[in-house]
Amino acid sequence: MMMALACFLQAADARLSLSPVDLIIIILYFVLVLGLGVYLRSFTKTGEEFFMAGREMTAWIAGLSFISANLGSLEMMGYAAATYQYGILVGHAYWIGAIPAILFLGLVMLPFYYICQTHSVPGYLKLRYGEGARSLSAISFAAMTILMSGINMYAMAIIMKVILGWNIHVSIWISSLTVALYVMAGGLRSAIFNEVLQFFLIWIGCLVVPVVGLIETGGWSGMIHRIQANFPGQNFTHMWSTTGAFTNNPMGVHWTGIVFGWGLAISFGYWTTDFLVVQRVMAAKDVRSAKLGTVIGAFFKMMVPLIVILPGLLALAVLPFHLVPESQGAQPNVHTYNEALPLMLARYCGPGLLGLGVTALVAGFMSGMAGNVTAFTTVWTYDIYKPFIRKEAADSHYVSMGRWCSLFGVFVSIGTAYLVMNFSSIIVYAQVIFVFFIVPMFGTVILGMLWKRTTPAAGFWGLLAGILTSLVLWLWVKFDPSALKYVAFSDQAKDMAENLYRAMWSLLSNVFVTVVVSLFTKPKPEHELKGLVYGMTELPSDGNFPIFQRPITWAAAVAVGFVVLNVLFW
Amino acid sequence: MEKHIVPVWFFIGVLLAIYGVLILGSGIYEVFVPLNRKLAMGHLHIGIWWGAGMLLFGLVYVIRFRPNRKNKNM
Repeated sequence: MMMALACFLQAADARLSLSPVDLIIIILYFVLVLGLGVYLRSFTKTGEEFFMAGREMTAWIAGLSFISANLGSLEMMGYAAATYQYGILVGHAYWIGAIPAILFLGLVMLPFYYICQTHSVPGYLKLRYGEGARSLSAISFAAMTILMSGINMYAMAIIMKVILGWNIHVSIWISSLTVALYVMAGGLRSAIFNEVLQFFLIWIGCLVVPVVGLIETGGWSGMIHRIQANFPGQNFTHMWSTTGAFTNNPMGVHWTGIVFGWGLAISFGYWTTDFLVVQRVMAAKDVRSAKLGTVIGAFFKMMVPLIVILPGLLALAVLPFHLVPESQGAQPNVHTYNEALPLMLARYCGPGLLGLGVTALVAGFMSGMAGNVTAFTTVWTYDIYKPFIRKEAADSHYVSMGRWCSLFGVFVSIGTAYLVMNFSSIIVYAQVIFVFFIVPMFGTVILGMLWKRTTPAAGFWGLLAGILTSLVLWLWVKFDPSALKYVAFSDQAKDMAENLYRAMWSLLSNVFVTVVVSLFTKPKPEHELKGLVYGMTELPSDGNFPIFQRPITWAAAVAVGFVVLNVLFW
Repeated sequence: MEKHIVPVWFFIGVLLAIYGVLILGSGIYEVFVPLNRKLAMGHLHIGIWWGAGMLLFGLVYVIRFRPNRKNKNM
């Protein structure tokens, strides 16, 4: 039966063959995730249990799930590919592009999300600004989530098709329906439990490559020596020293784009307002666990380059051929950037370990997809369906809507997977979408949290201005490439660098419009801002806990690690 | 009587222990029956070490978080 399944899945031109033990490992994984969903169904009856996992997760579960939902196959494969293309510069996505924002979320913003007891980030905007801002953010978030889910699916399909020769349709449908079934059964609780499981599989499965790779190259310095021999004259291994000019690095980016575009606009937009990740820590059992969970997530995020950036660098060092962009990949014996991580897995992993590596990639896909599905389901049910379609209904009705919406979201995601075709690297496409929808959200949310003068009208118009700025700039460069020198300050800027600067403009226009409109319109009365705005909200203190149980202590430790890593790889 | 959820760590332990046995077994098999494709650094027999590590890790989790044990962690 196992061999029959293998024949069914694998085409004759597969670059790698899975052994029976690999297939057993993959099948066991599917059995366990489905079993967990079925098991947790009996614990998931109410809306609070289905959409918010009963708000009873410990800090560790919330934190690991928080980071796992972000570790989609897009993340794993896309960043290894981007590292091969741009070098260690891509690692900024994990350090300056994540750590400050995650710590800011945990220490500053999360208490507001948690205390107001909303179900979602658009739900916070409803409480703070009213229906206009909520509707705009909910609809744009739902659209983005479905698109991102499609990208994740596309990423997985490439792995399965190119490396394993699997039938694309079979692998997409089996994995997607598995996610739909376990989310339908156990809601967010099931998604979170599976994400913690997937976290372990992703790490254990992907760590093989850096460990064996560094042994093969003779350590970090040996790896750098080999990269320099393979790509003379190119600098792939410095994070900051090559960013003084646009032409000094493979990404064509200046440090201002990295700091203000990536480190501020994209990073804070994604990590503090993307409900996909924020939902996980909002499910924690109390504010301190939510904050601590976020800090735990920040620590592991800082470590992710070990399993995605390092394999990309090792591919530059040890692969006996050069990888090419997707657009040149349709020739025999030519491998593309997106194959960097799977090729490295194939290089070092025999039977059993290869199955584990493939399971890690499938787990990455499923954790990312479950994140999208649960966030989409909650936003659809609470921020679109409930206010606009059926205002008054029993709790069980909304739970039922959530279950069916999970299945619907998966079907729509499958439909969008084929839209992802026109960009040189998957990750670039992801950033285009982020910049459209996520970046302006940060300005709107943070001004609402920290400045009580921000008005409901400003919340709506600021958000719209940010989205439109991003869209217009993207269209401008698309139809007139010479506009790049205005948008990204250089006509040498590559796709990823352009995204960073567009994010910066989007955030600036969002903040500018929000402030100006606020000054000319009427703010909400102060009694309506309690629990929503700094200075009007009683925030619980962690001061009565021992120092090693306080989130601020561990956040400081992560911040020190962040600085040290940046200096080490300067 | 209130039903308690079995800790997720227990399920993780079970899966890793089973995977450990499978990967360790495969690694040992490879020592006696070499693969028909050449692996880089194959002489390290990484499967044996990785499988043994996973088995150990999984067993620790299974014992530490077994369902009949009083546990506050989910």
